[in-house]
Amino acid sequence: MAQQAKTMFIVALGIAACAVVLLLFLEVEVQWKVAALATGVVAVLLVMEKSGLRVRMEEASARHRTFALSLAVAASLVVAATLHESHFALLMLASVALYATACLGLTIQFGYAGIANFAGAAFFGIGCYSAAVLSAYTPVPHLLVIIAGAAIAALISSVLILPILRTRGHYAALITIAFGILFKTFLEVNDTLGGPQGLKVPGMQILGWSFNDPIRLGAGIEASFYLNYVVLSVLLAAFAFVVVKRLERSWIGLNLDAVRLDETAAAVSGIDIARWKILAFVFGNFLVGMAGAVYAMLTGFIAPANFTFGDSLILVSIVILGGVGNPLGVILAALLLLILPEKLQVIQEYRFLLYALLVIVILLFRPQGLLPRRLREYFPGRLRA
Amino acid sequence: MDPGLFGQYVLNGLMLGVIYAMVAVGFTLFFGVLDVIKFSHGDVVMVGAFVALAAFVGLQDAGVTSPLVMLLLATAVAMLAMALLGALIARFLVLPLRKAPALNTLLVTLMVGLALRETIRLFYPNGSNPKPFPRLLPADTYNFGALALRLDSLILLVTGLLAIVIVHLVINRTRLGLAIRAVAQDPETARVMGVNFERIVLITFGIGSALAALAGVTNGLYYNEVNFGMGLLLGVIGFSAAVVGGLGNIYGAILGGFLFAALQTVGAVWFSVPAYKDVFAFAAVIMLMAWKPTGLIAEKSAERV
Repeated sequence: MAQQAKTMFIVALGIAACAVVLLLFLEVEVQWKVAALATGVVAVLLVMEKSGLRVRMEEASARHRTFALSLAVAASLVVAATLHESHFALLMLASVALYATACLGLTIQFGYAGIANFAGAAFFGIGCYSAAVLSAYTPVPHLLVIIAGAAIAALISSVLILPILRTRGHYAALITIAFGILFKTFLEVNDTLGGPQGLKVPGMQILGWSFNDPIRLGAGIEASFYLNYVVLSVLLAAFAFVVVKRLERSWIGLNLDAVRLDETAAAVSGIDIARWKILAFVFGNFLVGMAGAVYAMLTGFIAPANFTFGDSLILVSIVILGGVGNPLGVILAALLLLILPEKLQVIQEYRFLLYALLVIVILLFRPQGLLPRRLREYFPGRLRA
Repeated sequence: MDPGLFGQYVLNGLMLGVIYAMVAVGFTLFFGVLDVIKFSHGDVVMVGAFVALAAFVGLQDAGVTSPLVMLLLATAVAMLAMALLGALIARFLVLPLRKAPALNTLLVTLMVGLALRETIRLFYPNGSNPKPFPRLLPADTYNFGALALRLDSLILLVTGLLAIVIVHLVINRTRLGLAIRAVAQDPETARVMGVNFERIVLITFGIGSALAALAGVTNGLYYNEVNFGMGLLLGVIGFSAAVVGGLGNIYGAILGGFLFAALQTVGAVWFSVPAYKDVFAFAAVIMLMAWKPTGLIAEKSAERV
């Protein structure tokens, strides 16, 4: 019991530390402090890695999954509540949570099944445009709109997977790249979907509760309306995280790993490659589309310029930087890659160049990413001696 | 359709086709020797066009007035610079990743392309706006009914075809070409036979990238405009062309290049909104891939089936 209380305490301490760092990150304005903080985070991560502390932390939180996750969700909501007056910080938090959700979807594809998807922004856009059209022209309840956006993304993926199944490697990569460009070009020339000017999206409403009204909490406390979206987005990200984690640990994850590592060997062992690739691709894009639908309502305005090939590459960069196949890494990388350029105005203009150089350096020198995926534990819960 | 108008479409299609084929031949050469896709190729095309533009401005400032001299010098500078750039990318970014998964190489070169694009946008004077490309070729026009035959297009078309033929001859008729083909077929055996593997790879990347620079200059002369983003679409089109034709096969790349141009032209004629031509062409490429997963002229190796 004492041992258990100790690990729980370590987990709580770690999450609290993360929350404090996140809060500082969103609060500081002075440029050199932002840079110092970001460098500090990466340095601490590397030290933790070298000293084996990170592995112990992950093992500890793996033993108390529900506890760690609910604490993490609570901590992010506390961070959001602390910043309740700042529109900008809350918008950032909600976008990070939604991008993380989308990248968790991509993790299933890149990290587990080994399908390269270079049309992430396109599926995100499908979610956005579905939400925009459905909520503006139909009386569909908005919670269903989110699911519909995800379902439409999944539906389109289930068509696009057909040529992907027939091809391998570079040939398969071409199909998603071509689809991404096709999608953006289509939006630009299609006038019913707003053309290059894009579409306005009505705010979220659930049972008469409008997300776009400021929140009043009695005694003169007023919170930014973005707080609504932060709560929703963090819950979605937590949902995606749990699903991806469970998927990874389950027999489905085992099959997906086999498909990625050696298709021939997997097929010989009686694994139906096509079935698992379809599952990974369609379900991954379901999550991407879901995040997109909420994102459209969050920003209230969408245009084809948000869904370019470059945006797909940013999503891929997040997955690679975090450590392919590690859901925790995805969230960390989403935080770093999305907040840093907003905070450091010096690099705002150069951010694409810096992302590109960063990913090149990572792939050359540390292809496993910031938080590498751990080896599969066949007997979960049994700590190493 | 009016025969003159039809001729015009065919001519425009051929012109696009030769540019695409030049880009696609690069992709297929690189794939041949290293089994990698160098996705920054399209951006090398763009950088080539910008280097030629810069060289032209420099020559103008130096007091050179003859358009022919300027054109030849600017093109030569661009081709040499891009051959060097291509070899550098191969040496420092592609070769070190030989043992890594193919996805990593693809990603690194995608990011190199993004970096090149951003470098031009941020650091070329006023690089974020489209730049006019000088008209250096005689622009005489001959009219045959509705068909307007421009001399400069004709020169570009012939030059492009000639360049592809020269590359083809180099690959198939010279000692260097023999070494390239040996490396493509079996790097280990080629090494045992005394072929300097790394040198051949770098030379191949140099040749392909020089051809890309020529494609960039051709593109600039044809449209009289260059912009920092043009490489992305050209790269994806060149890649599609190489893949649809069948990677590693030079005839496949040429076939694919002209096929893609034909698809775009048909798309532009068919739809009332010509902008749908790219949507049509890429949709057709995806369907072609579903029908012939390893390209129209498939590789002979059994491994990739």
